Amino acid sequence: MKKTIITVVGKDRVGIIAKVCTYLAENEVNILDISQTIVQDYFNMMMVVDANNSKKEFHRIAEDLEELGREIGVIIKAQHEDIFAMMHRI
Amino acid sequence: MINIHEVIETNQMIEKENLDVRTITLGISLLDCIDCNLEELNRKIYEKITTKAKNLVAVGANLEKEFGIPVVNKRISVTPIALIGASACKKPEDFVTIAKNLDRAAKTVGVNFIGGYSALVCKGMTAADRLLIESIPQALAETERVCSSVNVGSTRTGINMDAVRLMGEIVLKTAEATKERDSLGCAKLVIFCNAPDDNPFMAGAFHGVTEADAVINVGVSGPGVVKTALSTVRGADFGTLCETIKKTAFKITRVGQLVASEASKALDVPFGIVDLSLAPTPAVGDSVAEILQEIGLEFPGAPGTTAALALLNDQVKKGGVMASSYVGGLSGAFIPVSEDQGMIDAVQAGALTLEKLEAMTCVCSVGLDMIAIPGDTRESTISGIIADEMAIGMINAKTTAVRLIPVIGKKVGDIVEFGGLLGYAPIMPVNKFSCDAFVKRSGRIPAPIHSFKN
Repeated sequence: MKKTIITVVGKDRVGIIAKVCTYLAENEVNILDISQTIVQDYFNMMMVVDANNSKKEFHRIAEDLEELGREIGVIIKAQHEDIFAMMHRI
Repeated sequence: MINIHEVIETNQMIEKENLDVRTITLGISLLDCIDCNLEELNRKIYEKITTKAKNLVAVGANLEKEFGIPVVNKRISVTPIALIGASACKKPEDFVTIAKNLDRAAKTVGVNFIGGYSALVCKGMTAADRLLIESIPQALAETERVCSSVNVGSTRTGINMDAVRLMGEIVLKTAEATKERDSLGCAKLVIFCNAPDDNPFMAGAFHGVTEADAVINVGVSGPGVVKTALSTVRGADFGTLCETIKKTAFKITRVGQLVASEASKALDVPFGIVDLSLAPTPAVGDSVAEILQEIGLEFPGAPGTTAALALLNDQVKKGGVMASSYVGGLSGAFIPVSEDQGMIDAVQAGALTLEKLEAMTCVCSVGLDMIAIPGDTRESTISGIIADEMAIGMINAKTTAVRLIPVIGKKVGDIVEFGGLLGYAPIMPVNKFSCDAFVKRSGRIPAPIHSFKN
C-alpha cells in the first residue's frame, strides 16, 4: 500500500485541521496518523494517509489541497511517502 | 514510520535550499538508424527519438507532482553522430541536416537539450569525424537545442593533438558564427578527455556505444543543501565537516535513485546511473562557490581552494556511492563560472583566475567550464588551454573538459549575458604568451605510464 504524506505549514489558527480532514473525508482518504509541532513559530502538521480508495487521482488531490491551503493561508503539500523513506531510511 | 522532523527536513531542502532533480536524461541508441541515404537516415532518427521519448516530459512532470520535488530538465542523449552519419554524410553540410533534424525531434518531444552531436577522436579521426567537427560551427549556429562534444584524449590512448589543434579553430569559428548572440554557440560545445558514456548533464551528454538501446540516467543536484548543512558545523574539525558533507550527499542521492527507478518503470526503459553532481545555477543559494566559502575561504581562488574542493568532491562521491545502486557519469562538484553567482563574484573581486581554475579542475569533476574569454584570443592559445586540461585528465585518469567562450567583440572586464541557466560572466584574462610552435606539431601525445606514480 502506497502511503501519502500531507504536510501543512503556516501560522496557526482555528480550524486548519478541521478543513483538511473534511476534504479528506469527502474524498475517501483515510487518515492513518497525525502529528504536529511548532518550528520557528510556524505550525507544522503531518498526516500519513491512505488515498488508494479515493476516486480522485493523486495529482488532483494534491492540487485540491494546495488550493485549500491558499484559501486558509497555509501551505499544504501531498507527496508520496517514498521520497521521505528513501532519504531517511536505509 | 517517518517522523515529522524528517518530513520537514526534506521539504525544507526542496523549498528553501533548491534541492532538485536537475535532469532526467534519456539515452537513445541510434545505431539501428544507420543508412547510406541521408534522407532515410534522418527519417529513421526522427522517428526513433520521437517514439522512444514520447512520454519523457509527461513522466517527468508526473514524478514532480508525486514526490513534490522539481524535475528541472528533461533531456535526450544520442549515439555520437559522427558514427551514425558516417556512411551518409559526404560533406559538413550533410551533418548539419542531422543536427537540424535532432533539433526538430527535441522540439517535438519538448526536451530543452539534445546531446550527442559528437565525435570520439581520442586516438585518430575518421573522415566522418573530421566532417562532423568541421560542421559544428554551422550546426550550433543554426540549431537551438543541439549540444556537441568531442573527446580528444584518454588515459589509455593519450591526446590527439591534431584534434586539439582543430578544436581551437572550431571553438573560434563557433564563436564567430554565433557572435550576434554573444557567441552562445560555444556554451553548447564541450571538449573532453576521458568522456564518460553515461553522463546525463549537458552540454557533454552522449549515449555511448557500449550502452543499451535506451537508458535512463538521472542527475541530482543540491549545492544549497550542502551549504546549509555546513552552516550548522562552522568551526568544527575536518572529521565533522566531511561527515556532514557525506551524509548530505547521501540524502540527496537517494532522491535521485528514487526518481531514476520510478522514471525507468514509467518509461519502461532500464535505469542506467545516478549522477550526483553539485551543479550550481545562477540562483542565489544554489552555488558551489558558497560551499567553499562555508568551508572557510573568503572567495574561491584563495589559497586553500584546491584542498577544500578536493575534500568536497571526495566526500560527495563517498556519500553518493552508497545511496545509489549505480553511480556514474561525472559525479562530484561542478565549477562553471557563469552559472554560479559565487564564482562570478570571485572573478570580479580578482580572487579567481583561469590558472587557479585549472588547478581546481585537477581535483573535481569536469573542468574549465563556462568561462568567457576575450574574442580576440588566438586559435593556438585556445588549443593550448585545451591541451593543458586534457593532460590533467589523461595523467590523473579522470574526466576533464573545456567549455570556453571566446566572446567576439568583448574584452577583459566586459560582462556577457547568456540568459537562463547559462547565467552571465565577466570576460577573464588569458595568458598572452604564445604556444604556436607547440600546438603546430602534428600527431599524438602518447598514453602515459601508470607505474612510478609521482
